[in-house]
Amino acid sequence: MKKLLLSLALGLGLLTAGSFALAQTEAPAAVASEAKAAAPAPVAAPAAAAAEAAAPAADASAPVAVPNKGDTAWMMVSTLLVILMTVPGLALFYGGLVRSKNMLSVLMQVMVTFSLIVVLWFIYGYSLAFTEGGAFFGGWDRLFMKGIWDNAAGTFANAATFSKGVVIPEIVFAAFQATFAGITGALIVGAFAERMKFSAVLAFMVLWFTFSYAPIAHMVWFWMGPDAYTGKEVVDAMNAKAGYLWQSGALDFAGGTVVHINAAVAGLVGAYMVGKRIGYGKEAMAPHSLTLTMVGASLLWVGWFGFNAGSALEANGFAALAFINTFGATAAAVLAWCVGETLMRGKASMLGAASGAVAGLVAITPAAGNVGIGGALVIGFLSGFAGLWGVNGLKKLLGADDTLDVFGVHGVCGILGALLTGVFNSPALGGPGYVADWVTATGITTADYSIAAQVWIQAKAVFITVVWSGVVSFVSFKLVDMVIGLRVSEEDEREGLDITSHGETAYNR
Amino acid sequence: MKLVTAIIKPFKLDEVREALSSIGVQGITVTEVKGFGRQKGHTELYRGAEYVVDFLPKVKIEAAIDSALLDRVIEAIEGAARTGKIGDGKIFVYDLEQVVRIRTGETGKEAL
Repeated sequence: MKKLLLSLALGLGLLTAGSFALAQTEAPAAVASEAKAAAPAPVAAPAAAAAEAAAPAADASAPVAVPNKGDTAWMMVSTLLVILMTVPGLALFYGGLVRSKNMLSVLMQVMVTFSLIVVLWFIYGYSLAFTEGGAFFGGWDRLFMKGIWDNAAGTFANAATFSKGVVIPEIVFAAFQATFAGITGALIVGAFAERMKFSAVLAFMVLWFTFSYAPIAHMVWFWMGPDAYTGKEVVDAMNAKAGYLWQSGALDFAGGTVVHINAAVAGLVGAYMVGKRIGYGKEAMAPHSLTLTMVGASLLWVGWFGFNAGSALEANGFAALAFINTFGATAAAVLAWCVGETLMRGKASMLGAASGAVAGLVAITPAAGNVGIGGALVIGFLSGFAGLWGVNGLKKLLGADDTLDVFGVHGVCGILGALLTGVFNSPALGGPGYVADWVTATGITTADYSIAAQVWIQAKAVFITVVWSGVVSFVSFKLVDMVIGLRVSEEDEREGLDITSHGETAYNR
Repeated sequence: MKLVTAIIKPFKLDEVREALSSIGVQGITVTEVKGFGRQKGHTELYRGAEYVVDFLPKVKIEAAIDSALLDRVIEAIEGAARTGKIGDGKIFVYDLEQVVRIRTGETGKEAL
């Protein structure tokens, strides 16, 4: 009880301290001016057309953008698809891979982490990530979602998309992004499955979500929206209000850095810090239900169309491009993993095919609306092999017990996808390029596009994400370990977390 | 009275059952077991983890019989369960001290 109160006090203390730090945060002026204009990274701008009574001093004749019903409907569907990805997609994918005595603990950790983060998102997370503040953290404009709709007037604030004059209800955007935050946390769980204390998982998630997910989402995705770029004279000022990595020109369509690399690093750090499972390397720890794992992987594939194509924020051609790329890359990755396994050990396995699908999905995530169809196939194909290496060779090198290969798949393929986005985004290689001038919404020309330069920008974004997530994870795990303790007792681990942590068994004996 | 226990390959169960029926053994008990002898197991691969599985699934049949039937029972099981390949199994014979039919209370040979 004392420990619980102590940890709650610690959490509140950190939040308070954090909010003071935020008050001092300022945007680094330097980056803005050279900024290779806006990268078409999916993200949010602050309420484009505030539906509140106090309307901003706008041109009386300028038409106020109104959400398109098709866009709104599509975004709500996308949100649902991503929820499905976590519950039960990811839950089953992970669950089937552990021993039956730990099945429920995995399902719990995924489902409750998701729920926890969604609640925190609606309290302060959305505000921290997607409102104007500094280059690293947003502000408090949407604390408790205030102002997102006006219940007295019955009006709803709008959020910008990537097209001038096109908006969606901000509530829909916030809900969509909530699912991203939630699934990112749930992803981490796989790395330390079968031995972590349930309370420690949740405590860690609060800290990591606040200090790693929210700021990285802000850095990569927050910008003022296309409608803020009214003329050349405001460009520098608008760029300066965007997130740090957005300003650098990093391209991340649906979250290669924000979601996958971020979570993967946190998972790897966690795996190192919580230590290997008892009997790792000696005792049999084979998956107890690859059937469920396949069901989970399939739900992930289907749901990911919402994750990637929904990140276009509209039901338009770029959403369609992201859609078809998600399709092709994943299929190519499945084949690649199967080919790789057959070459390596003579047989293609179901677990390999399912893992291949996830590898492709991860790799195409930053690239989905940023590359051409051929580029997507290449990215998918390469990621199949990369993931295979990640769970074999690299895993041995790293020496951690990353139980469900969170880093091996999400880390490796996330990094690969992020870097290849810089390659296949090039118009010369079939990609759409990026918007070079948001005032006129014109794209970069083929002649001006430098693959080397873009890949370098991508690499920097990857590096910053890795370091930021790594440091925050390390500190968070350490704090939680000191206050609560990370690991269950040896007897509890042996008996199984389902019984010892949750008082249930998954399968009646 | 004897208790005959046989470990056989699972797909041979029906054949053995019929063979025993045809010589007058009316009741048997069947358990799913795993074990190994000279028959090697197999290797399973889960991403980077390789497992050598020694144990193979087998079926254990137990039948309580009259000692007079013993030779014919052994012959029946052997004949039905044999494939000629390693892993066909073994038959064990135990002396059975007492048998009781629970419903009626009969003992000894009447209870078989």
